[in-house]
Amino acid sequence: MKIAQKTIKFLLIAAITLFTSASFASGSDKKHDNQNDGGRVNTKEEVEAYILHHIKDSHDFSLFSYTSNGERKHVGFPLPVILWTSEGLVTFMSSEFHHNDDGHVIVEKNGLKFAKVHSKIYELDNGASSINFDETHHPTNAHKTLDFSITKSVVGILLIGLLLLFWFSRLAKQYKTKKIPTGFARVLEPLVIYVRDEIARPNIGDKHYRRFTGYLLTVFFFIWVLNLAGLTPLGFNVTGQLAVTGCLAIFTLIIYTVSGNKDYWMHMIWMPGVPVLIRPVLAIIELAGALLIKPFSLLVRLFANISAGHIVVMSLIAIMFTLKESLGVVGATGLSLVLSFFITLIEVLVAFLQAYIFTMLSALFIGMAVAEHEHH
Amino acid sequence: METLLNDFSPGLFVVSTILLLALIGLMVKFAWKPILNSLEERESGIEDALAAAENARKEMQNLTADNERLAKEARAERDAMMKEARDIRDKMIAEAKDDAKEVTTKLIETAQASIQQEKQAALAEIKKNVAELSIGIAESVIKKELSNKKDQLELVEGILKDVTLN
Repeated sequence: MKIAQKTIKFLLIAAITLFTSASFASGSDKKHDNQNDGGRVNTKEEVEAYILHHIKDSHDFSLFSYTSNGERKHVGFPLPVILWTSEGLVTFMSSEFHHNDDGHVIVEKNGLKFAKVHSKIYELDNGASSINFDETHHPTNAHKTLDFSITKSVVGILLIGLLLLFWFSRLAKQYKTKKIPTGFARVLEPLVIYVRDEIARPNIGDKHYRRFTGYLLTVFFFIWVLNLAGLTPLGFNVTGQLAVTGCLAIFTLIIYTVSGNKDYWMHMIWMPGVPVLIRPVLAIIELAGALLIKPFSLLVRLFANISAGHIVVMSLIAIMFTLKESLGVVGATGLSLVLSFFITLIEVLVAFLQAYIFTMLSALFIGMAVAEHEHH
Repeated sequence: METLLNDFSPGLFVVSTILLLALIGLMVKFAWKPILNSLEERESGIEDALAAAENARKEMQNLTADNERLAKEARAERDAMMKEARDIRDKMIAEAKDDAKEVTTKLIETAQASIQQEKQAALAEIKKNVAELSIGIAESVIKKELSNKKDQLELVEGILKDVTLN
């Protein structure tokens, strides 16, 4: 009963937020497309563009869009845009771009002009009043700014971070009064034990694992919950952002580079037990492996898996529109439903798997750096 | 590759680095440290409890063994005591029997001795009486017989014959 009440409360709040936001966030933009159908996403090209747009970070939190009276309406939240420009810090709300993403809406702030092209904000050069593109669709009279905006991914990180903090600090508090946690914390406890006993301890070793378990636990739950959040209709693609996976990979790199012991560096730079002439060659290979290939494999694996998952799920949903002519409405919808249902199931597995692999490999790399070798 | 690099947002990188660092710090401080400490505490507690239970079980086993040993000892003692008692009883009976036998034998012996004595005395009396009687008889016989001479001679002769024959 209590849970049901809480759920109802949550839904109410969500609904209220939705409608109030819709009233001020719903705007319209006149798409400069040839098809005059009010910007509906219903051709193959539009679907492709839509998917590619989705997997990128976005400056506003759009929940859904619809077309009425030939006008495209977007429902969602505007998010703050924070830019470090040639004139210093500039901030405004993303709603000022009116959901335009091809550089046609120019926002003027502090005497500077900004345009958004493919989810990137450009600062127009002095004197330019509209953006010009070269033949590869790169702006010629504008340059990128350092963009510290609270984008959709940042919102995702904040939300999930707070959620994790809430969940696990409650679990931590429960131990003060009882030996065995109750409620939702009881679900979390075995997961913590799983990460500690199956990922951290066997890969790092009994002696050193305690120091790194905090990092590994945070990374594991961060990636996993964000992966799962990406499968909800909220449509986060945080772990499919190179910047985020790169950041995580660099954390792992820094941790195992800083905590590497003498043996680790010895084996990397001046490998014992091989002819002296080969040692420099090996050193180059080892250094490249440790400093470039390992973090690169970490960041690309997570990014590629999650982005690919989003692309596949969305493409299968798009079957509804793209195969409408050949299969009919019912056939296309049915096929799309069945396929996207099963792919989503697989994606739920992938969400866990990628979190597991990232954490496991991080633990493995750290374990290699702190391992104490027997001297032969 | 170029689109990938173009997609990479340095701003998002900086923001996510800051947020993640903060998240890791907060999680370690407010969640992971207390959770891991409590888990370890609980695990060591469970281990201790198991060891204690094992010890208690062993002690219990020792106690039962002790009890059994004690009971066995008590039983053996009882058996020994009963055996002793039986022995004492048997011995007493045997002794009593022996004593009784001795007493009776003695009694019989005394009785026999006195009987013998009485018998001897009676015999001696009888002998004396018989001798007196026979002397009396002989006296009267001799008195009667030796009234004539001839008979006296014959008698002397008869006695002499016997003597020589001897």
